[in-house]
Amino acid sequence: MKDARDPLPGPPTVTVEGALPDRPYDIAIVGAGVVGCAIARRLARHPRLSVALIEAQDDVGQGTSKANTAILHTGFDAVPGTLEARLVREGHARLATYAAESGIPVEPVGALLVAWDEEQLAALPGLAAKATANFCDEARLLSGAELYAREPHLGPGALGALHIPGESIICPWTTTLAYATQAVRAGVELHLNAAVEKATWDGGHHLHTSRGTLRARHLVNAAGLGADTLDRRLGHEDFTVTPRRGQLLVFDTFARPLVRHILLPVPTALGKGVLVAPTVYGKVLLGPTAEDLDDKRATGTTAEGIALLRERGRRVLPALVEEEVIAAYAGLRAATGQEDYRIAAHPERSYVTVGGIRSTGLTASLAIAEHIAGLLADSGLDLGPERDLEPVPMPNLGEAFPRPHQRPELIAADPAYGTLVCHCERVSLGEIRDALAGPIPPRGPDGLRRRTRARAGRCQGFYCGAAVRELLERQGGSGRA
Amino acid sequence: MTAVRQVDVLVVGAGPAGLAAAARLATAGAGRVEVLERETRPGGVPRHCAHGGFGTWTRPLTGPSYAHLLAAAAERAGAVVRTRTTVLDWEVAATCGTNVLLTVGPEGPEALAARAVVLATGARERPRAARLVPGTRPAGVYTTGELQQAVHLFGQRIGTRVVVVGARDVSYAAARTVRTAGAEVVALVTEHPRARTSPARARSARLVQGVPLLTDTTVTELLGHGRLSGVRVRHRDGRTTVLPCDTVVFTGDFVPDHELARRGALDLDPGTRGPAVHTALHTSRPGVFAAGNLLHAVEPAGTAAREGARAAAAVLRHLAGAPWPHPGIPVTVESPLRWITPNRLTPNLLTPDRSHPAAAPPPPHLLRIEAPLPRLVLYVHQDGRLLHRARLGVRTAQPHRTLTLGVSWHGRVDPEGGEVRVSAG
Repeated sequence: MKDARDPLPGPPTVTVEGALPDRPYDIAIVGAGVVGCAIARRLARHPRLSVALIEAQDDVGQGTSKANTAILHTGFDAVPGTLEARLVREGHARLATYAAESGIPVEPVGALLVAWDEEQLAALPGLAAKATANFCDEARLLSGAELYAREPHLGPGALGALHIPGESIICPWTTTLAYATQAVRAGVELHLNAAVEKATWDGGHHLHTSRGTLRARHLVNAAGLGADTLDRRLGHEDFTVTPRRGQLLVFDTFARPLVRHILLPVPTALGKGVLVAPTVYGKVLLGPTAEDLDDKRATGTTAEGIALLRERGRRVLPALVEEEVIAAYAGLRAATGQEDYRIAAHPERSYVTVGGIRSTGLTASLAIAEHIAGLLADSGLDLGPERDLEPVPMPNLGEAFPRPHQRPELIAADPAYGTLVCHCERVSLGEIRDALAGPIPPRGPDGLRRRTRARAGRCQGFYCGAAVRELLERQGGSGRA
Repeated sequence: MTAVRQVDVLVVGAGPAGLAAAARLATAGAGRVEVLERETRPGGVPRHCAHGGFGTWTRPLTGPSYAHLLAAAAERAGAVVRTRTTVLDWEVAATCGTNVLLTVGPEGPEALAARAVVLATGARERPRAARLVPGTRPAGVYTTGELQQAVHLFGQRIGTRVVVVGARDVSYAAARTVRTAGAEVVALVTEHPRARTSPARARSARLVQGVPLLTDTTVTELLGHGRLSGVRVRHRDGRTTVLPCDTVVFTGDFVPDHELARRGALDLDPGTRGPAVHTALHTSRPGVFAAGNLLHAVEPAGTAAREGARAAAAVLRHLAGAPWPHPGIPVTVESPLRWITPNRLTPNLLTPDRSHPAAAPPPPHLLRIEAPLPRLVLYVHQDGRLLHRARLGVRTAQPHRTLTLGVSWHGRVDPEGGEVRVSAG
């Protein structure tokens, strides 16, 4: 499908300051979370389109995309027949393939839906039937004995479980960054620190941002928590986003051998409940809480939330809470009060809104992007010829695959990969250097952590914090796009 | 698999304990002694303690000079100090009785077999996450270790208004570093009723430097998006206040950096959370010794260095063929005692003077308490039998001071009996 007439794109355009380009784009995507980046990457397949991806914060994946449960869902528990159910199912398959191509760590650990009382046990066959309705055929009921054989550290009192072998854990940071990197390499222009303050339409879109006005013929609203605000500014009333806060705790490496699967509770009306899951970084995640809030900036943890999680965790995996917590964070899910995604096309206004992408957004991202491309084409946008994108090999952050310091051939070629800077997470100088020199470089320690794991471990910078900051600051000028 | 290189002794960690052990071992002709250090320079924590208080009464030194002196002494004695070299794990397949460590550095991976291993991996402060302090995750949150390195090793700017959490010696050192960096200390905040430092030091900070001390006060929330904007604190009466600041330093609350000990399946002591050790610093794993703040977070550098030298003496006896002690009898403490070290007694080492003429008599046990205790008396029991009673002076015992318990009662321990319990009365 590659179109020989397409000029090779120049160096990636990633801006963080200064006025936005004056010339109009064919498409502007607002929001560089996992969904916005996936859409940008999808549209980058069409070399004739000029695409801008604009983001209020200073990095991609800075909102809900960075603070989730990092699970690649099968969609076994979606409401059958919904758009979400279809996109999660398709997205799962697409992302699993894409992850393998790009070096995004994925571990197919499987999930166990654990029943702790008779009522929950009685609900399992219904959930198994729902899984089948969602084309998830491998779901199987386990007896209490089978469950404890699989999870010997599980707390007492579990009666049985539903085993969903296809559920996997994934690195959410690398996924978003891979999409964005591939998009900008293929010509999408990424503008960071550009919060949309006002939006107008006069046959074309004018996005008035903190960095000036950006013009585009078509607009895709992937603003996540801010999607409803942007929607209203454009005169639509498609939905209201109610942030649902999920607090999570991450336990240190020593907790990892305690758990083999993603341990899910039987779902309630409020959400999927508190889970215990391994992470691809070799840690254990406990969470999330589910608190409906009004404040879209309330990304703090609370004493009550932490206490609740520890109490739940103690029941599921008693030995877990004896280990050290190395991170506590909160993410806000974009709940809309509806049991489905809120994706709507307004062809007459050349506008597509991608709202209500809840905790399944990471899994569904590639399928959502495909769906949006279809909606844009249907609304009269000529996408032009299509090509395959160059794959982007991403640095491996996962423990199930060799890390750079475990690869003698890499160290022999470049000793920087054998020089560890962050000791807790075993991050080498070479990895930090590469991240700083990447097409979308980090703007600070948090961005660097999401690209390398530097400072993400138990000491939180006691040993390496100052040295890492020195590398960031030394890079300062040249590392910035 | 990489070929295994054989050495005589591997010391993990080039802080005061590791360097002192290496110097003593190399001087005594223990063969090839290598110190493996993951940082770029040897010296451990004293490298970034720009203040005095190191060295001896006759020769007081700053932390960096002390670190330099110890490293130079180890190298002069013939030990090889290898920096930028990280010990990743133990080789599982190693044959029984040998210890093989897997390392990585700029020259690549290596497998090192040693006749003896000394773990001296030190201690670190527990950061905000481990302390479960709620709130947002803004920039400007430090531990003392990071703060001191930022200011003293790299000359980095920190914020302008700084809250220091804790009122121990290390907290006052952090406050001093903050002022050196040109920033203002908003307050020292402690949940305890008074500072856990010398009265002179607390007075000087309050009166001379004008640093307020908030006692009976807990940090309940960090505030701010992007950069820290303040910390919310709760006073004893339940009132809460916000202290506006752009930086917060969590000080103290040291824990042993025991990753390698745990990876090697060494028995840990429940009180110290470091490896359990016998009086001569043998661990539960044959051929592996431990010394320094890995055993007790934290004691002064001089204590760590003396322990390193003591571990070296035990290594020399081990290399000469002395038997490895039996698992031994645990020595445990009851609240309000926090921990005791050494915390294993071995019947065949109870009278080392006779069985091993080269061994010095064991030094006293070290202990710490949770809260101030006036007229402290320590009781040592085994199976309900009182072995020893020690009155620790007339002054109130303080949690920030090391207590010692002599070893005169070791001979009364029943080698066939249960654990030895130390309690306070």
